[in-house]
Amino acid sequence: MAQYLELQKIGITFKTARGSFRALDDINLKVEKGEFISLIGHSGCGKSTVLNIVAGLLNATEGFALLKGKEVKGPGPERAVVFQNHSLLPWLTVYENVQLAVNKVMGDKTKAERKDWIMHNLKLVHMEHASDKRPGEISGGMKQRVGIARALSMEPDVLLMDEPFGALDALTRAHLQDSVMEIQAELGNTVLMITHDVDEAVLLSDRIVMMTNGPAATIGEILDIDLPRPRERLQLAKDPHYHQLRGQVLEFLYQRQMRPAA
Amino acid sequence: MHAQVIRLESTKEKMEETNTAESVETAYPGTPETETQEPAKSAKREPNRERNRGVALRVLLPFFTFLMVLALWSFVQTKIAPELPTPSQTWEHAKEVLAHPFYDKGPNDLGIGWQLLYSLGRVVAGFGLAALVGIPLGFLMGMSINIQRAITPLVQILRPVSPLAWLPIGLLVFKAVNPSAIFVIFITCIWPMILNTATGVKAIPQDYLNVASVLKLSKLELARRILFPATLPYVVTGMRLSLGVAWMVIVAAEMLTGGIGIGFWLWDEWNNLSVPSIIVAIAIIGITGIVLDGIMGLVQMRLDYTKR
Repeated sequence: MAQYLELQKIGITFKTARGSFRALDDINLKVEKGEFISLIGHSGCGKSTVLNIVAGLLNATEGFALLKGKEVKGPGPERAVVFQNHSLLPWLTVYENVQLAVNKVMGDKTKAERKDWIMHNLKLVHMEHASDKRPGEISGGMKQRVGIARALSMEPDVLLMDEPFGALDALTRAHLQDSVMEIQAELGNTVLMITHDVDEAVLLSDRIVMMTNGPAATIGEILDIDLPRPRERLQLAKDPHYHQLRGQVLEFLYQRQMRPAA
Repeated sequence: MHAQVIRLESTKEKMEETNTAESVETAYPGTPETETQEPAKSAKREPNRERNRGVALRVLLPFFTFLMVLALWSFVQTKIAPELPTPSQTWEHAKEVLAHPFYDKGPNDLGIGWQLLYSLGRVVAGFGLAALVGIPLGFLMGMSINIQRAITPLVQILRPVSPLAWLPIGLLVFKAVNPSAIFVIFITCIWPMILNTATGVKAIPQDYLNVASVLKLSKLELARRILFPATLPYVVTGMRLSLGVAWMVIVAAEMLTGGIGIGFWLWDEWNNLSVPSIIVAIAIIGITGIVLDGIMGLVQMRLDYTKR
């Protein structure tokens, strides 16, 4: 049987003013339904490029992504993206931002059903109280929550998260990570998340995909995170196995893939 | 206590209002604060005093500037140019002119209110036409690199030309004064509208477009839900700029075309050697300009999501 999500021999070459640039080379990955996968690597290694190819926002030069056995062509709501800087439309309220997605994906449902669905998704991220606010009136963490609600409301086959918490302070980030774990436990989403935060990757993921440095970046190693769920960050802080896994990621990033002079 | 700082009665009232609004817990609205409410207030008094000072300075300093201008005017009038009317003569004349703004003694003798309305009518017509043409053109330019390539050189060449240079062409084509003046305003307004709209479309963050493609919005939905609202702040800014310039240009255009209009009236009064009228006209033109800009400011508040 075909994999749920599969990346096959993906490579991409960008044409720049100074000739062509080989960004990714031979990316192969199989993801099962309901799995939480993190892609980690140094900045500039092309992890966001991988995500954009799966999202359909970029076209791979070679290889392709298969979702439920079908080749990914162009973007679509079945591969909803949570963007790094929330990307809420500032002229719409929180409710309207989610509504834009829901109307598009569930145009056949009645108005009342769609309204319930929008509020349901806002409740999932604990943002129902701010439904009439505009993005300019809420904090960065709240915006990102709404961005997640918007993506979830599309009922995507796979949820793509591009450094979703990168722009947030540490405390807000921890809060949102907990929310994402809760939601994923409840809904069983398949998630592909880009991150550069080792703790975040270990806490949230079933597997961590570690990428080598570019140019021609590829998957260096895949680490299984066999920590039992539900996970609790305070418990994990005392768990030697957690520290061992964390150490393995750190070793990959800082010994085997020394950061190039930035 | 604050009476030391304030001399103007009206400002004092304004302050009292802010005071009561700020301290609802301690004073009933409308009741002036009294010394008996001391306990809760001692902490508040200092910032209040600061604020009152701010309000007073905001009123007093412009008033002072105004007095300086009057003094300079009187000085020039007595020492350099005795042909100028004195400020008080001008004030008397202004009262006369403004007493009956809408008198109508035939087409060659209309009140200043009519003159102003005619000018405003031309500005609105030219401005509206420019919006109808310029904003869609700006959108096309912003969305298609080839349309941009095609139009940009023309815009760049024509934009620095004084709109008044087009007046003879207008007169030649339309063979009438009124459409020619409207044409000049149209030319005045169209460049900022085209360029601002195009800039606005090009400045739309890639993120918004990514959202649109993930949602698979159709071209029409994309324009309506994303391009249009995202560009609106730029469009309104372009409209505000062009309206300001249009109001300057119409005065000059009417001086040349004659007939009716505030610019014509000003020039006509110069031919009558009625200098007080000219000064009154300058003041009226200035105040109308502020009002127009204020209206565009309100429109901006309403439509521009960055200003809400």
